[in-house]
Amino acid sequence: MSRYAIGIDLGTTHCAIARTALDGDGTTTEVLEIPQLVAAGELAEQRLLPSFIYISPEAEGPQAVPWDSGREVAVGAYARARAAEVPGRVVASAKSWLCHPSLDRRAGVLPLAAPAEVEKVSPVEASFRYLEHLVEAYDDRYASDGGSLTEQKVIITVPASFDAAARELTVEAALAAGIEDLTLLEEPQAAVYAWLEQAGEAWRGQLSPGDVVLVVDIGGGTSDFSAIAVQERDGNLALERIAVGDHILLGGDNMDLALAYSVKQRLEEEGTTLDSWQMGALTHAAREAKEKLLGQAGAASVPVVVPRRGSKLVGGAIRTEVTRDELRKLVLDGFFPQVAADARPAQRRRAGLTQVGLPYAQDAGVTRHLASFLGRQAEAAGQEALLRPTAVLFNGGVMRSELLRERLRGTLDAWMESLGGSAVRTLTGGDLDLAVARGAARYGYAAETGSGVRIRGGTARAHYVGIESAVPAVPGLEPPITLMCVAPFGMEEGTAVDLPAHQLAVVVGEPVRFRFFGSSVRRHDEAGTTFERYPAGEIDELPPIEVTLTAEDRTEGDLVPVYLHAQITPVGTLQLDAVPTEPKRDDERWKVELSVRDAGPDDAGPDDAGPDDAGAEA
Amino acid sequence: MIPIYTVGGPAIEKGRLLACLIALMFGPVADPLPFFTRLWFSFVCALRVVVDGAFAGRVWAVRDRKPALPETSPGSAVEPEADDVEPEADDVEPEADDVEPEVDDVEPDADDEADLDAAGPPDVTPSREEAALLLLAVLQREGRLVDFLEQDIENFDDADVGAAARVLHAGCRKALHRLGDVTPIRDEEEETRITVEEGIDTGEVKLVGAVTGDAPYRGILRHKGWRVALQLPAPTAEHDVSVVAPAEVEL
Repeated sequence: MSRYAIGIDLGTTHCAIARTALDGDGTTTEVLEIPQLVAAGELAEQRLLPSFIYISPEAEGPQAVPWDSGREVAVGAYARARAAEVPGRVVASAKSWLCHPSLDRRAGVLPLAAPAEVEKVSPVEASFRYLEHLVEAYDDRYASDGGSLTEQKVIITVPASFDAAARELTVEAALAAGIEDLTLLEEPQAAVYAWLEQAGEAWRGQLSPGDVVLVVDIGGGTSDFSAIAVQERDGNLALERIAVGDHILLGGDNMDLALAYSVKQRLEEEGTTLDSWQMGALTHAAREAKEKLLGQAGAASVPVVVPRRGSKLVGGAIRTEVTRDELRKLVLDGFFPQVAADARPAQRRRAGLTQVGLPYAQDAGVTRHLASFLGRQAEAAGQEALLRPTAVLFNGGVMRSELLRERLRGTLDAWMESLGGSAVRTLTGGDLDLAVARGAARYGYAAETGSGVRIRGGTARAHYVGIESAVPAVPGLEPPITLMCVAPFGMEEGTAVDLPAHQLAVVVGEPVRFRFFGSSVRRHDEAGTTFERYPAGEIDELPPIEVTLTAEDRTEGDLVPVYLHAQITPVGTLQLDAVPTEPKRDDERWKVELSVRDAGPDDAGPDDAGPDDAGAEA
Repeated sequence: MIPIYTVGGPAIEKGRLLACLIALMFGPVADPLPFFTRLWFSFVCALRVVVDGAFAGRVWAVRDRKPALPETSPGSAVEPEADDVEPEADDVEPEADDVEPEVDDVEPDADDEADLDAAGPPDVTPSREEAALLLLAVLQREGRLVDFLEQDIENFDDADVGAAARVLHAGCRKALHRLGDVTPIRDEEEETRITVEEGIDTGEVKLVGAVTGDAPYRGILRHKGWRVALQLPAPTAEHDVSVVAPAEVEL
């Protein structure tokens, strides 16, 4: 029997962990300190574990932690500190790679700039490493009270915009770290649970039926929007998540870089050039300056000093400053421009702030992305022009700044006013860096004890398989493709649907791939709905899915007609099975893999033919 | 399926952090005291445990955490009296009422009740010197303190020194506030007249000027004082703490 509900915020730039005692009244949620290396050979406890992995060279010796003196990688603050010094050996932003649309997420690709001798890790392994560190640090520090983390009820948060495969891979990483009693929770929902916990019973006074809460979550590397509607059900207030936005790779780190590059450019105009170490120091200083200027309304500028690198500190330092005008121009107007409600993100390529590989947002305007989200989701929620939030809950480190919250609120109010609506209220939560972990732990408590409010919502996307039509091949012309909805929007955990047999046939013994699609705006497609045409931008193609029929009771090479069976597991992942229309046994079915390994040369190895990948679920 | 997954080793250094914390709070464990000092001290402690509930609680806590401290290899605790005793403030007379010597082990039979879950291989608790070096390393890393102190700054103008001071100030301040809490000892405004009440800790308030008579004293608060509670990082087993900053070579 678990003693705690554990909430794990597995973030793009940092992780946090909180727990709530299951035998208490639910008010005992605590954020835990995480032991980690903060410098070479130096261990300290911090509430945030930076999501960085340092793969140290052999010459440096092991990265000893109290629970493993021979550890070869360091996770946490030391790894982050090494990122600027030895970029080829530090893994960062692994979570963004986990939901990369066109990448084998089990292939070793990180760090991108790794030299040949470094054994690269896959996005899945990176997630596993963070979870492994959390489990072992927890066990080392807290297991005397209630046992190992793996014996507790664990809630791991994922972005609302994570696709089905990224969710499944997160579960895979958690299982590898020994976490079995696991549920996934969307980050914005966790933020709402944290707010509910803090507000106590008073929340019923702050929201009423008809309210729509917009959750704006802007962290170090990503921005995420969700909308949650307040409804009345059987005389009680109930919450339902009605919309989630797309995954936007845009966050506080971009703002720091924008400031740093602006200062760098000014210095270069004055004839001072910076090397890469100084650029790192300048980015760091720019972040501090940004936080100071955002934090205090008075100061017109913050001095920035980039010291010399050697052991002489005095003399030769580069002195400059970040001014309020610069901050206003770059951060406030650059990232949070006051745009009209019908503004949309530009799709042009930007130079300067992009890194090879990740699909970074091409438009830095958070407000334009927000307008796009509200506009796209309006129709889905039955409102015209714009989804109209009545309240906003801010989350993520960037939103700690009152100045930025004020700007977003002002922009929202202007939009609502232009539509004849009223101003948007702000729901005030706790520490915006830790709310997601806290909320997750609190959710775990509520789910286990059956108490408190639950946010309903089900899956945030509808999923489709693409079936190619049987037409004569025409060079240069792709065969038309029919999309069939396999899992509708809003499927609840623990539910399942059977799909009509639809000319699907699979060859025994051969892996068969289907194209796979997702949509966050199509609400009304039911399981089995098919169509060939759809408006541009409504549906995104996801990595392909694959099924292999093992030959157990069948003859290799046979063609077997199948239909698909979709279910949302209690953990919160989508599971697709191929079921033969004429089964040889009662329970004959094969699992459809959502995250398929590429057969590229990079990852060919003995581990490729693992039983899980092509396993029959019979 | 993915062979790179490896499970870490067992939690062999359980309790290390706690041990370091205790060592920092109570100082390193001293060598055994002379027999008559211990005899006197056991009497003082016994009396104080009876009359001072808070003191008794602290002793209790120390006794409970005993297995996490290093000087407890089996067989060393053979003395019938308190065996590891360290007065907290060396410069205060032992008779003074407000001195609270930390007692590591009051009763020999306490060993029987030792926390079993903290048992493990002997821990490396930083000595007083190691703890100081670690702090220096943090202040150097984040605020370049040693660089600053080791440089001859005579021939630099104030602007250069000022620029360096900003680096020093920003880094060291951040490090200090991350590692601990800094609070003033007196809350009154400096340069105002205050009263130093009777029974105040003589370590907390330093009397200067014409010091005569007994408390309460009336005087002007010249400096409000600082109290710092630190939670230092711990060195890992193989780490050489005397390397406050490694030489850097760029390849």
